[in-house]
Formats: sequence, structure tokens, C-alpha cells
Amino acid sequence: MTTTSQKWTVETRTAASTVFAVIAAVAVIAAFAAPLFVSRSMLQDLFFILTMLMLAQNWNLLAGYAGLVSVGQQAFVGAGAYAMFAVVILGGLDPVLALPVAGIFAAALAIPTAFFVFRLDGAYFAIGTWVIAEVFGLLFAQWKALGGGTGTSLPRDATRDMFGVPFVKELFDTKSSAAADIVTYWLALVLALATVGFIYWLLRSKQGIGLASVRDNLQAARSVGVNASRLKLVVYVATAFGTGLLGALIYIQTARISPDAAFSVTDWTAYVIFIVVIGGIGTLEGPFVGVLVFFILQNLFADYGSWYLLILGLIGIVVMLFAPRGLWGLFTDKTGIQLFPIRRRLAGGPLVAHSREDTHG
Amino acid sequence: MIWIDTIIQGILLGGLYALFAAGLSLVFGIMRLVNLAHGDLIVLGAFLILVLVTALGLNPFLATLVAIPLMFALGWGLQLVILNRTLGDDILPPLLVTFGLSIVIQNGLLEGFSADSQRISAGALETASIPLGPVTVGVMPLLTFLSALAVIVALNQLFYRTSLGRAFRATSDDPVTAGLMGIEPNRIFAVATGIAFVVVTIAALYLGTRANFDPTIGPARLIYAFEAVIIGGLGSLWGTLAGGIIIGVAQTVGAAINPEWQILAGHVAFLVVLAVRPRGLFPKGL
Amino acid sequence: MAFLETRALTASYGDFQALFGVDIALEAGETIAIIGANGAGKTTLLRSITGILRNGADQVLFDGKPIGTASPPEIVRHGIAMVPEGRRLFPSLTVEENLLIGRYGRKAEGLWNLDTVYDLFPVLRQRRNSPGTALSGGQQQMVAIGRALMSNPRVLLCDEISLGLAPVIIRDIYAAFPRIRQSGAAIVVVEQDIGQALKVADRVYCMMEGRVTLSGKPADLSRDAIHNAYFGTA
Repeated sequence: MTTTSQKWTVETRTAASTVFAVIAAVAVIAAFAAPLFVSRSMLQDLFFILTMLMLAQNWNLLAGYAGLVSVGQQAFVGAGAYAMFAVVILGGLDPVLALPVAGIFAAALAIPTAFFVFRLDGAYFAIGTWVIAEVFGLLFAQWKALGGGTGTSLPRDATRDMFGVPFVKELFDTKSSAAADIVTYWLALVLALATVGFIYWLLRSKQGIGLASVRDNLQAARSVGVNASRLKLVVYVATAFGTGLLGALIYIQTARISPDAAFSVTDWTAYVIFIVVIGGIGTLEGPFVGVLVFFILQNLFADYGSWYLLILGLIGIVVMLFAPRGLWGLFTDKTGIQLFPIRRRLAGGPLVAHSREDTHG
Repeated sequence: MIWIDTIIQGILLGGLYALFAAGLSLVFGIMRLVNLAHGDLIVLGAFLILVLVTALGLNPFLATLVAIPLMFALGWGLQLVILNRTLGDDILPPLLVTFGLSIVIQNGLLEGFSADSQRISAGALETASIPLGPVTVGVMPLLTFLSALAVIVALNQLFYRTSLGRAFRATSDDPVTAGLMGIEPNRIFAVATGIAFVVVTIAALYLGTRANFDPTIGPARLIYAFEAVIIGGLGSLWGTLAGGIIIGVAQTVGAAINPEWQILAGHVAFLVVLAVRPRGLFPKGL
Repeated sequence: MAFLETRALTASYGDFQALFGVDIALEAGETIAIIGANGAGKTTLLRSITGILRNGADQVLFDGKPIGTASPPEIVRHGIAMVPEGRRLFPSLTVEENLLIGRYGRKAEGLWNLDTVYDLFPVLRQRRNSPGTALSGGQQQMVAIGRALMSNPRVLLCDEISLGLAPVIIRDIYAAFPRIRQSGAAIVVVEQDIGQALKVADRVYCMMEGRVTLSGKPADLSRDAIHNAYFGTA
């Protein structure tokens, strides 16, 4: 290897990411101000987009980064939602305060769950998580105080007097139900920023490098001392927290719960998987692209019922086969643009003079 | 007496679950592919038999014989055209593609046949029963169980007594070296999936004749199949039968205590085995 | 024209080029040895001939036909069988099943069948029902050679068959080679054991860093010439 005076520097920031940071800041401010200038139904659409985005970010962290392909995240959506209903209806707690309770409850459930599903390797892990979700659904259906198999509704005054609602009601001079929509929307926005920020931070941290090495090569990661199974467990529990909290938030807005809906594999996992796959698995940008595509498709085709899901499934299969890194992957391949720079690039330094591989094998 | 009856019903039900599981186990054993659409494919098979019965007026058993080559061809083509592309070190592509397939099949069937419950009529056989020691058992459940035994014996013969079976095991061990023996792994995989689809069709016959079915029940069948495979231990077809029986007995006993606990009891039995014997009851080094 | 030949054969693993225009020729019934240090490109050469690595069609010729783009199963059907480095027996198959699988892709008539392979390596007959991987290293090597012979190949490629075996066992295995030659097969042995290679081969090729650096009849090659071709001139 030749030596030169040129120095290596490690960069993660790109020019595009700097421009993007400015645009993103403007977009965030606009999003916070949205209740001032958009209709209530549009606000509900935005809420829906934000929640799907967060579910997608959580699943992407789990599957795309930690290699834990779960098809049972509905277990935590449902558990979080039921925890929220329980503390609000049975405990009289404010729904907003119930959010962290729901997250913690889901995370606590994730630990015994992990005990079971982590015993299953790779592909069977996926079905294992599905079994757990079924079990949760069946168990919560036994909870007669919360309506058993048919479910129950949040009492009307629970959301009417919810934290922040009276204030927003006065601020915007509007009805309680509309004010509640604004509050849940703002909560979703804050949570979305927190989720993306947390994942971005995690992936850039030392743990993030460990995670990438776990995904890319388990053996190698182990040999350099990354404790793969512990890291995976941490990610599993963390995403359970995020997913459970989201479940509670979604059901504050929905205000009516049943085991079939809260533990639906289609709504909380299938859609989410398609969003991430179509957008680009293993990238932070992918879920953003995916959720937009998903929302557009849903508005165009939702009236066609099963055709819509059928087409979504086909698109997912085609993308996975022919563009496994999704739309965002295609875009970065063409342009080299990265908005959330996570990959470290070596800049400067000498060109590699010699590299030899062992040709034996 | 009622308990003996319950347990025998459970054992016979286990035969159905073993039939669900055998195809899943076969495909996983040979190419390490977990097909998340497996349950939906069983339902698809049931609809195919239903169509043959109603459109051609065939007896369901005859209709199954007609469906078998069709399903073999479907499995063969699916593996050759789509699933072979997903095989590799990364577990994401096969899982996500078969998950997509599951959604496509479910919604395709919903579009074609609506969400209404269907049933394949087996005529007088449906209600026929014969005395078996102290209890009477239905002819159909008994046929289901005997079919499961026959399928497992046949698959074992295929695996350990034929040249194709050797090629299956060799390819499963080491596809690159198998290629040096003149084996084309992609074709071997296609044949294996074709055979799995034959088993799926037999399972579909009994799924469709013993109870109502509709396009959405596939995932639950996948889960029962998976539980039977894991309880039995990967790679052992007799273990899979034992796994199916454990799920079946747990379900009938659970239902006898409280009808709402039927499905839950099966899952609990699975979780208990997973906690105590994570490699299954009859593990086999594959 | 030779029976099997490579013409200006190149091969790469990604950006790394492993072969730089290799010309090898094998006549019918002949035994050649390819020697060279680790990383010289010997295994890459065999991987190219067997189709594990794909080449330009005309870079590998067999019986006058271009086979450079053929897949491994197609190569087997042409009658080229491989004894891979590290034996590579199938662990879920018994000794006999391992031998039988050797006939899967090519069922040619010829000297070799279960009986004649068992006659060649009598110890395998006693262990016919053991799992292949339960055998000693030398016995496993016998199974791997027998497995390749079962297709009655016209060319037998042997990759490092002495690797990791005791000298006395290597001698036993090479003792079988005269009978393999009598069956009419041409043989390519890739060896790091130069002494053994010179003993068995009609002609020798020496490779270094992806090129052929020396070739000729063993009797015509001096120790120094081989040493230089093997390690480079230093």
C-alpha cells in the first residue's frame, strides 16, 4: 500500500441533504400551521398519513435495519389501543396521558413475546410474530369489561375534555370534536418528528453501525463484538413501544375498538409492509415515498374494494422482484441523492492501490 | 367417555393440520423457503375443487384428482417464474413476495367468489360414521386422518427411496455441489413446490368438505400448519403429524371447556412447546 | 485440436481479476497436473471449466464444441465430472446414495457402476449405509472420486484431492489412478503436492498469479524451473 499525505475524512452530510434540511424545516412549520388553513376532512387525511408513516418507520427499523421481519406488529397496535381504552374507561385517565401508558404496556408485552419469537429463526420468526398477534387478539376478546369480542367505544366526554381540547376549542373557535381532531393531529405530527428523529439518531450512532453490521453479516458483526441478539431485542422492544403508542393515538381518533379491527393484519401490517417495500426498505426516505404512493392509490382505488388490495399486493411483489430497494432506491441510484445521510462515505485520501482477495474457495 | 371422544376427535383433526403442514414442511426442508401464502393456497385449492364439483358435477374426490395436476403445474410454474428469483441469503425477498402473494390470492378469491361461506358437498359421506372401539367417529374425519398418514408415508418413500428424493436432499444440503452432479437446483425446487401443491390440494379437499370456508381463512391455516411443523421439529414429517395432533387435541379439549377457547388453546399448546422444547419434540439435524 | 482446452481464459470475482488469458490443453486419455501456490488461480480455472463461473463461449472448448457459457449440469452432461475441493459430500445422504447421485445428470454406459467403484475402493462397500460425512477424510475423498466416476465421465477434474490427508492415505488414493486411466477418462489433477503431481501426470502446467508460467513433461522440467514458475523469480 502506498502512503500519501492526503488525509481521509469521513462524511455523512451531502449537499442535497443540506438543501433538504431547509425545505424540511419549512414543511414542518407549514404542517404545524395546517389546522389554520385546511378542512377537517383533510386534517383527518393528514393524521392518517402521519400514523401510517410512523408505523412504516417502525416496521422499517425492525425489518429493514434489524432484519426482524415481523408480520405481527398488529399485536402492539392492538395492545396499545386496548391499554388506552382500559386506563381511560376503567381508570378515568386522560386519553393523552394514556398514550405513554399504552407505549410502556406494549413494550412490556414485547419482552415475554421476544422470549418466544426469538427462538424461531429468520423466516419462522415472521409467522411466530403472527401467532402472537392472534393470541393477543383472542385474549383481549375475552376482556368482557371492554366489550369482549364485539368491542366498545370511548365515552364521548373522554375526548371532549381531553388535554388541550378546551384550549384549541377556544383558540380556533370550533366544536369539541373538531378541536379533538386538531389535538390528535398535532400529537401525530410531534410523534412523527420524534420517531424519525430517534431513528435517524439511532442509525447514525455507534449502535446504528452495529445494527447495519448485524444486518449485513451476522458472523462478522459477532466477531467484532457487536452483541447482535441484544441489539435486536432492544430494537424489537423500542418498536413495540412506538407501535403501541401509535395504536393508542389512532384509537383516540377512531374512538371505537374491537379485537378484529385492532389486531387486523391487513390494516396494521400488510399496508405497512407495502408502504415500506414500495418506498424502499432499509432507507429512512423510503417510508415517506411509500406512504405518499399508498395514499394516492387509496384515494384512486379504495372504492374498488378487493381489487385495490390485489393491485397493491401485485405492486409489492413486482417491486420486491425487480427493484428490491424500492422507488427511493431507484431514485438514489439515478441521482445519488440522499436526504437522510446515514451511509458514511470516505472522502479524499489515496485511491486504493492494491486489493487482493483470496481466490480460493 | 365424553373425554375419550373429545380426544379422538382432536387426533383426527390433527390429521387435517398435518396435511396443512406437510407441504409447508416439504418446501422449507428443501429450499429454506417459508411460504406465507401457504394457507391461502389451500383455500385456493378448495375453491378450485368447488368449481370442478359445481361446474362439471364431479364427485369431490374425482374433482380432487382433476385438480391435482392443475395445482402441480401452478406450483411448478410459480416456483420457476417467481419464487426461484427470491431465493438467496437474504430472507426478506421470499417473505415479502409470498406475503404479497397471500394478499393477492385472498383478494382475488374475494373478487371472484365474494366473502360468502362455501362448502364442498361430500353427499352421504358427510354424515356417515362408524363405530371405533368405545366411540363412533365420522367417516370424513377418519378419511382425513388416513389421508394424512398416506401422504406422510408417500413423502417419506419419495425422499428416501427414489432418485428424485436423493436429488431433493442433495440440493437441500449444497446446491452448488448438486449442480456438479448434473442437478439443476431451480428445476428441483420447481418439482418440490409442485409436489407441495399436490399435498395442498389433498388438504384443500378435506378443508372444503368438513367445514365452511371463505377466502379469508387462509392465514389461520398457515398458522396451524406452522405450529404443527415447529412442535414436531423441523425436518421430521412424523413429528409434523404429532404436532398436528397436539394442536388438534388442544383445540377440541379447549372447545369442550369453553367454545371461545378452541383456537386459543391450540396456540397456547404451541407456545408451551416452544418454551420447553424450542427445537420441537422430534428434532432432526437437517 | 485438443480434447478439452481453454483459450485465453479470463475470470474475475467482481473487480478482482483472477485469470489472465490461460491456455490449457488436454488430449483424450491424457492426465495433466496443474500446480501452483495458493491463489495462483487453479481452483478458479476448474470453476470456469465446470461452469460455476461463466466465461465467453469460445474460451472453453470440449471435443471441438464451445462450452464456455454452459451451466454446471450441462457440463456434467457433456461428460466432465468434478471432484470438488474439500470433498463436499452430501451430509444427508449415505455413502451409497452419495455415489448414486453422481449418476443423476448423466447415465452413460461405461466401466463405472456401484460394483466397480466398490471394487476400486473396497472399504466403501463396508460403509455403504453410513452417512457420507461420518467417514474419515481419506474415505470421504474416495466417495467423492467414486461419485464423480459414477457418471462415466470422459474427463475427470480433481481439485486438491490430497489436501489435509496423511501421506499414506494420499498414496492409497493415487494408487487408484491407473485403473481410472484404463477406463478411458482423461484426468486433470490440481495439486499443491508437486511430487505427487509429477508422478501421476503426463504433462504439467504451473500457474502463478492467474497465468501459466511453465508447462511440459515432468521429465523435461528441472527443479529450478518449477521452483521459479511456482514462486516467481526472486
